[in-house]
Amino acid sequence: MQTSSEEKLPRKLEKPGRASRIRALRKSLVPWFFISPFLILFLVFNAFPLGFSIFLSFQEWNPVAGLNSMKFVGFKNYLSAVDDPWLWKSIYNTVWLAFAANIPQHLIAIPIAYLLVASLKGTVRHLYTATMFVPFITSTVAVSLIFFTIYSANTGILNQWLLALSTMPFIGGLFSWVPDVMPIRWLGKSDLLKPAIAFVVVWKYTGFNIVIYSAGFLTISKDLYDAAKVDGCNAWQQFWYVALPMIRPFIFFAVTLSIIGSLQLFEEPYVLTSGNSGGVGQAGLTASYYLYLVGWEWLEMGQAAAISWILFLFIAVVTSVHFYFNGRKGLEGNQ
Amino acid sequence: MRHLSKIGLHAVMLIGVLITIFPFVWVALMGTHTRGDIYSSPPPFYVGNNLLQNYAELLDIMPFWTVLFNSLYISVMGTIAAVLFCSMCAFGFYAYNFKGKNLIFGIMIASMMVPPVLMLIPSFLTLKYLGILDTHFALWFPGAASAFGIFLIRQYMGNSITRDLLDAAKVDGASDFRIYWSIVLPLIKPALATLAIVIFIGLWNNFLAPLIILSSPDKFVLTLALRSVQSIANSPWGAIMLGTFLSMVPLLLAFMFFSRQMMDGLTAGAVKG
Repeated sequence: MQTSSEEKLPRKLEKPGRASRIRALRKSLVPWFFISPFLILFLVFNAFPLGFSIFLSFQEWNPVAGLNSMKFVGFKNYLSAVDDPWLWKSIYNTVWLAFAANIPQHLIAIPIAYLLVASLKGTVRHLYTATMFVPFITSTVAVSLIFFTIYSANTGILNQWLLALSTMPFIGGLFSWVPDVMPIRWLGKSDLLKPAIAFVVVWKYTGFNIVIYSAGFLTISKDLYDAAKVDGCNAWQQFWYVALPMIRPFIFFAVTLSIIGSLQLFEEPYVLTSGNSGGVGQAGLTASYYLYLVGWEWLEMGQAAAISWILFLFIAVVTSVHFYFNGRKGLEGNQ
Repeated sequence: MRHLSKIGLHAVMLIGVLITIFPFVWVALMGTHTRGDIYSSPPPFYVGNNLLQNYAELLDIMPFWTVLFNSLYISVMGTIAAVLFCSMCAFGFYAYNFKGKNLIFGIMIASMMVPPVLMLIPSFLTLKYLGILDTHFALWFPGAASAFGIFLIRQYMGNSITRDLLDAAKVDGASDFRIYWSIVLPLIKPALATLAIVIFIGLWNNFLAPLIILSSPDKFVLTLALRSVQSIANSPWGAIMLGTFLSMVPLLLAFMFFSRQMMDGLTAGAVKG
């Protein structure tokens, strides 16, 4: 392309001819060539759409009717979005699921990761970790379909197990209530639907968190535990006072990921409710799910754009609150 | 005492493992049963004899192999494009100083904060306006130069390639493209592998984007096709479960052989993203 060694020559020796001007131009364009994929794709598929969605949120528009049917309506989309009880219901459901799905995930993952790192090593540890990681790489749709059959009311395996437990000796008494409430409609009752969804989320993401926390526990040097032992710490104290504070940054990071992910939860509730308007009583209607309904089932694109911005605000507020209260503590954990 | 705690430890782990793998075993078993068997009491904890019948039924309710090929095509194309584009951009940001570089890089980082849900409507309308709705191109191309991927590789370059090396190559007369292609790319292979794993798995499992972009059944991807047969009347669950199981097999097989790389890649991808 060009002889770069020439560029090292003092400028004065070069005649400011046409050829060197072209060369200089070409040289200044090289970096732009390399970053052009990002520039083009970003402008076309991110920056422009984002701007357009602000514009669109002030319009009334049914996309099926074509671009000409667009009509400026001011803040009407925002006002009617805020007026829709389903929006608030969906935000409530999202927050409910964020708590119900995230807290167990981390409460299970942290001790398991600690046990894995502290008492096992090599292939055995890897086998356990890898197996529990598998749900993370499988598609949420596939997983949700499987759980859809497991939860099936009449003869799903979950209900059958509960029935079997109630007839077992010794522990049967604990489950004696089961036959009376059969069939348990896990996905067909508004107060059971959310826990059923939360369980699938916990099942899918706990393994991922175990891997992150294992990485965290592995950064703690053995000397620290030895020092604690010399000071008379028992096993529990080593976990609580030595290991746990050391992995604070990892906890902060993993929790942040969980929060961002669960605020956008869509596939699990969508498949578990068969894509049917958020399930019975809209108990499974999450924020993203609601957005999908407004945009693609009710074909109210303007309203959906307004809802997107409301959700954006909501996500931004939740994340900032999390960063404000936990950020400093989380990030400075190692000091 | 020591033995006892060892047994307790393995018991805890085995319970975790059992809960984890049960749905996989169950879906594999259900794929071999008739709808009646699946919902019979007691549940059939054995391999059934309806596999071929289910397979025939699966082909009846969806063009399974076409759909599988679609998923594969989109994932492969998207992975190749992402590896190429992201490494090019990362190289541009790493190797050169030019006007506006910091501004563009800053905008790129900021764009990672935008939640995908906000982009759903506008991206859809843009694709519609460009006339590429209901194409596979619209699924793998727009995200190919992702901020996340560029950032991941740019960080790796900072740790693995010295500026002296780039200067030396320049003095030796290598062209800009040659430096990128023959010197930088081979040195950042681990980062490229990480990116490829993250992108491939993401595209293979993607559901929301296909749901809003694709409308003709012969263009569907696996996730979308499986979900679309969920609510047909008298769903042949044996066939659907067989399809679900088959759709998971490629990634499960890959995971058996490359579990370390995939776990490292997916967690590193998350850590840096």
